[in-house]
Amino acid sequence: MRAAVVVFPGSNCDRDLAVAFEQAGFDVSMVWHKDTGLPENIDIVGVPGGFSFGDYLRCGAIAAQSPICQSVVDHTKRGGYAIGVCNGFQVLTETGILPGALLRNAGLKYICKTVPLKVETSNSAFTEGYNAGDVIGIPIAHHDGNYFADAETVAMLQGEDRVAFTYEDNPNGSVGDIAGILSENRRVLGMMPHPERAADLGHGGTDGTALFRALAGVLTPA
Amino acid sequence: MMKARVHVMLKTGVLDPQGEAVRHALGAMGFDSVTGVRQGKVIDLDLAEGATEADVTEMCEKLLANTVIESYAIEMG
Repeated sequence: MRAAVVVFPGSNCDRDLAVAFEQAGFDVSMVWHKDTGLPENIDIVGVPGGFSFGDYLRCGAIAAQSPICQSVVDHTKRGGYAIGVCNGFQVLTETGILPGALLRNAGLKYICKTVPLKVETSNSAFTEGYNAGDVIGIPIAHHDGNYFADAETVAMLQGEDRVAFTYEDNPNGSVGDIAGILSENRRVLGMMPHPERAADLGHGGTDGTALFRALAGVLTPA
Repeated sequence: MMKARVHVMLKTGVLDPQGEAVRHALGAMGFDSVTGVRQGKVIDLDLAEGATEADVTEMCEKLLANTVIESYAIEMG
């Protein structure tokens, strides 16, 4: 299994994401934003958290226009898997790969703490290691994590079982308590909480490990 | 040199917590007449001769605004 982690100027969770992939058994390549192509035979692309391009203009907006992001778009259009965490989720919405947008937290404050997340569906390569209804502890660390989409889009996401995670105690004003969503083909996950920060005993929690292990199981060549 | 000014605002119906915080502060200062505040961005572009409003519209659609949450208005001149 091979994963690629995209690195932008200002990314700061790229190595954490790489370690989480490696511990689940992936070979990981780091890919710089100016690279125009992904390595060959990549099973999944990770778009990490951080403050790409200083969050200038809008979080993720400049990164979404970088050369590598066109390759990420093409990869997902071919049916490739991708995960975007925090700023990576913002980048995926700015590219249009995932619907909606992330607004400033309703309380205006940056929030960094572990929050209870409810697993809404186990029907994806990312969440099949959990049971729907499980509540897991995953850290959030964001200022702009307030998920917004119009009512029609939210109804579609809910109707198609594409809400992967919701907040048990909504910290940021996200519509429908949404913390993470899936693409139409369920192969792209965007989420504000950081599963890679709950993937080692040293992190103080390992509830994120099942996500990476499940991916490794699904993506293992038969 | 040509110039364009782009106004970017959150769409009606999209919560603007920053505008709401400003409204709250104005109210606390005694400015009772303020019933709502929306905060946006102004982006000034210096343009080469020959650039058109259609060019600026394309810039807005592709980068300057996120039309999922924001509307924009262009002033040329």
